[in-house]
Amino acid sequence: MTASSAWRNPRVVFGILVVLALTAAAAGAPWLSPFDPLEQDLLNSFQAPFWSGGDTAHVLGTDSLGRDILSRLIYGARTALIVAFVAALFAGLLGTALGLAAGYFGGRLDAAISRLVDVWMSFPSVLLCIVLAAVLGAGLHTVVIAIVIIDWTRFCRVVRAEVMVQKSHDYVASAMTIGLSSWRVLVSEILPNVAPLLLTLFTLEMGIAIVVEAILSFVGLSVSSGVPTWGGIIQEGRLYVNQAWSLMALPMACIVLAVLGLNSLGDGLRNALDPVQSE
Amino acid sequence: MSIGYLVKRLLWALPTLIGVAVVVFVLVRVVPGDPIAMMLPPGATQEDVGRLRASYGLDAPIAKQFVVWSADVLRGDFGTSISLRDKVLPLILGRLPATLELVAVAVVAACALATMLAVLGVYFRGRWPELAVDGATGFALAIPDFLWGLIFILVLGVLLPVLPISGRVDPTGAFDPATGFYLIEALITLQVAVLADLLKHIALPAAALALPLAAALTRVLKGSLADAMNQDFITLARVKGYSRMRTLWRVALRNALIPTVTLTGVQFSFLIGGTVLIEHLFSYPGIGNLAIAAVIQRDLPLIQGLILTFAVLFIFTNLIVDMTYSALNPKVKQG
Repeated sequence: MTASSAWRNPRVVFGILVVLALTAAAAGAPWLSPFDPLEQDLLNSFQAPFWSGGDTAHVLGTDSLGRDILSRLIYGARTALIVAFVAALFAGLLGTALGLAAGYFGGRLDAAISRLVDVWMSFPSVLLCIVLAAVLGAGLHTVVIAIVIIDWTRFCRVVRAEVMVQKSHDYVASAMTIGLSSWRVLVSEILPNVAPLLLTLFTLEMGIAIVVEAILSFVGLSVSSGVPTWGGIIQEGRLYVNQAWSLMALPMACIVLAVLGLNSLGDGLRNALDPVQSE
Repeated sequence: MSIGYLVKRLLWALPTLIGVAVVVFVLVRVVPGDPIAMMLPPGATQEDVGRLRASYGLDAPIAKQFVVWSADVLRGDFGTSISLRDKVLPLILGRLPATLELVAVAVVAACALATMLAVLGVYFRGRWPELAVDGATGFALAIPDFLWGLIFILVLGVLLPVLPISGRVDPTGAFDPATGFYLIEALITLQVAVLADLLKHIALPAAALALPLAAALTRVLKGSLADAMNQDFITLARVKGYSRMRTLWRVALRNALIPTVTLTGVQFSFLIGGTVLIEHLFSYPGIGNLAIAAVIQRDLPLIQGLILTFAVLFIFTNLIVDMTYSALNPKVKQG
């Protein structure tokens, strides 16, 4: 269980490269994109991408309103990354807090939290998400809130189980014997041992959040059409798929790459940080 | 399988159902946007809106609305859809068979694919087929059903148009079904051409749902098959002269079934949820597609009826899975 072994894992390296590329695109969007992603140019709509002999100014072509696809994809990465990070962070905080409490204190608190998780998971999540988005109105905050409300259970269940395992170890008993408060034991003894697991869950959750954002954009419940999102570009591209299939294929490729990268990073970290599994 | 256990499980499901109903009831009533105002032509007076609202019972306090609605539901009356102006229950029941057939085809396809891949992987352990199986499952698992649906539409519907990407049946065909279960009906009445057409239409949406499930199943099944192959009873079967392939199929597979059934149960819930988007993507006329339309139209009675239907489906599948599990594994105590 060393951090250096993680670097030798090809999946972790691939995942980190994808995350770096995403971050670079998100942070540097105004400098990296050759055009304004919202600027319409109706005379130059449906420009072909470079591989089918299109204009070299628009490397990946233009959409039905003549907007530059490459610029829209780069700004889409910004939306996707922000949503994924914030949503995974808050889902993680909520789920971890409840999972720690349920696993450590047990008893009635555990029964109540576990039952809540069971009821929560019996909702069809996609439908709940769409209902929430309809209730909260379209917007990025809606997407984040919907993901947090639905996906905290993923963290809660896993963290609860892990805390129960950790609690049976001697180091927790020793910490309690020397008189540390429950709070101290939880935060300074158990939490650090759960942290690698949390990192894995967080990475995987970011992948899920990117897909959920795309789904809501696709159904038309994410952000207004003024903000470029990968799901929104797919939805627009689907209408013209027979004229220009690349309009749909390019944002799909972005999502697939991002999701594969985050998954591979999560799985790789799990294997590298878990001494039992990596044997 | 005791009747008492069954009754207990069904009673246990009641609070969940009530919880789901209350949450949805309150949620959809804080939705901005007035469905009643959308129904009337421009120029309708405030009195017209008030009268129509009263006719749907939407002018009463939420608590009273809930009591009235619950009493109606218990009598089998789910109210009237605002956007489709039809009774909710017949609407849902009319669409339900399409969704059930889609789910059934997806589950059967996933189990068949997973079994073949797992047996292949374990039989060729440590050689390239195993690596190929592991790589393919990792890839299929990482990509969710929504993306698989889009990929299939793009590749097999548009770039190489080999399969239809919308609907359930060729609308120009001469198929006149008596029930909603088209596949079963075509099979029983031996209408081969219709059956082929139905299977073509269901192929892509079912494949999109089945792939992630098949990948998850392959992983678990392969793991437990590999474990089972190291057990004493396998050595015994081999000593008795069974070939390695036959041992795998006959003896080890039976032992690897229990963890697989458990996982199928867990994944089943995700699959039912997944139908919502997949049906929307492929314009497949099931309850999932209906649900998205209902949310976009702010059709309160229809949304409530549909979510309750989904909750009932979840609870029943979980019950069936638990019962199969304890039937397969007598050691599990029913509690």
